[in-house]
Amino acid sequence: MNIDKKIVDDLVANDVSFVTTVPCKQLAGVIEEVEARKDIFHIPSNKEDEGMGLCAGAFMGGKRPAIIMQNTAIGVTINTLATLTQFYRMPLPMIISYRGELREPVACQVEMAVHTKALLAQLNIPTYHFHWQDDVKEFDNILKYTFMCNKPVAILTDANFWGGYGDQ
Amino acid sequence: MIRSEILKEIAPILNPHLVVCNIGLPSQELHMIDDNERNFYMLGTMGLSSSIGFGLALAQDKPVISIDGDGSVLTNLGTLPTIANNATGNYTLLIIDNGSYGSTGDQPTYAGMKTNLTDVARACGCENVIEVQDKDLGPVLQSAIDSDEMTIIVCKCDSGNIKLPVITLDPVVIRHRFMEAVKS
Ligand SMILES: Cc1ncc(C[n+]2csc(CCOP(=O)(O)OP(=O)(O)O)c2C)c(N)n1
Ligand SMILES: [Mg+2]
Repeated sequence: MNIDKKIVDDLVANDVSFVTTVPCKQLAGVIEEVEARKDIFHIPSNKEDEGMGLCAGAFMGGKRPAIIMQNTAIGVTINTLATLTQFYRMPLPMIISYRGELREPVACQVEMAVHTKALLAQLNIPTYHFHWQDDVKEFDNILKYTFMCNKPVAILTDANFWGGYGDQ
Repeated sequence: MIRSEILKEIAPILNPHLVVCNIGLPSQELHMIDDNERNFYMLGTMGLSSSIGFGLALAQDKPVISIDGDGSVLTNLGTLPTIANNATGNYTLLIIDNGSYGSTGDQPTYAGMKTNLTDVARACGCENVIEVQDKDLGPVLQSAIDSDEMTIIVCKCDSGNIKLPVITLDPVVIRHRFMEAVKS
């Protein structure tokens, strides 16, 4: 299974047509796939809170948005998640590379990894963790759930899910 | 002129259009001067007025004006390259540059010192950047909205605030009525 393609197929099937991204090495393939699809408007942002602002505007303009980013960005976006996305009750699927988990080669990444789930839980953000490739089968359901409840929803995708960071 | 005087003057120009308005006093003033469902008031999230308005402009065809502040643009400077490189003609960014963090008591910003936001916007790749003095804003804003070129307006004005109440509208109501206006 090509998980990059599967993720973007599910986005398109769920009518997600506005995607903003900030890169992570693990996300390179999925970002490339997003860029290649004509059904998706891809707008790279410079910081993830900016990206969430773009997504809020796109949602109010009638498009279904999504953001693709690294888990370190949870530290950047808490104010935006609370005071914009949640306060105004807007849907936002967040496809997040979960750095600093099993098979991570960079020690510094662990420092935010240990806070990631606690921060998401503190924000009452529904959170899913993809560890095995097969977990991606849930993605379609997660997207439907996100646009049903109008909430930001986190999908954490670790190095094992992407086939290992150091040896892929 | 101070921000509230500027907003009073341009309210009739803004009225028919979708407006995303900056956190704090700018939104409170616009709400007091001309509350309508085409205004999206930011109640928090300093810095994202330009991003929200730009996302909205990209997602649909109606003209969109983001009213921003110098302090808020400085806190989200990354917005200018994104706007420059994805330009859309239905978008106008109006930066009310009073050289201060007005809503929090007029503390000076760097935009009132050595940093020139007009030059910054141009250096970020924005092609149509106009700097105007407060009293000259009206016609410049009107032609920016009417033209099909994206425009960034930096409106230089005095800092100063008037006393007025906070917005008590529920955010979901603000968002819902705004989305209905977008669709209509
Ligand atoms: C992250 C964050 N820091 C600080 C504030 C407090 N704050 C609210 S409005 C504002 C000033 C904004 O200044 P500017 O964008 O220039 O608008 P003005 O009020 O001058 O028109 C500040 C500092 C905040 N809301 N959020
Ligand atoms: Mg200011």
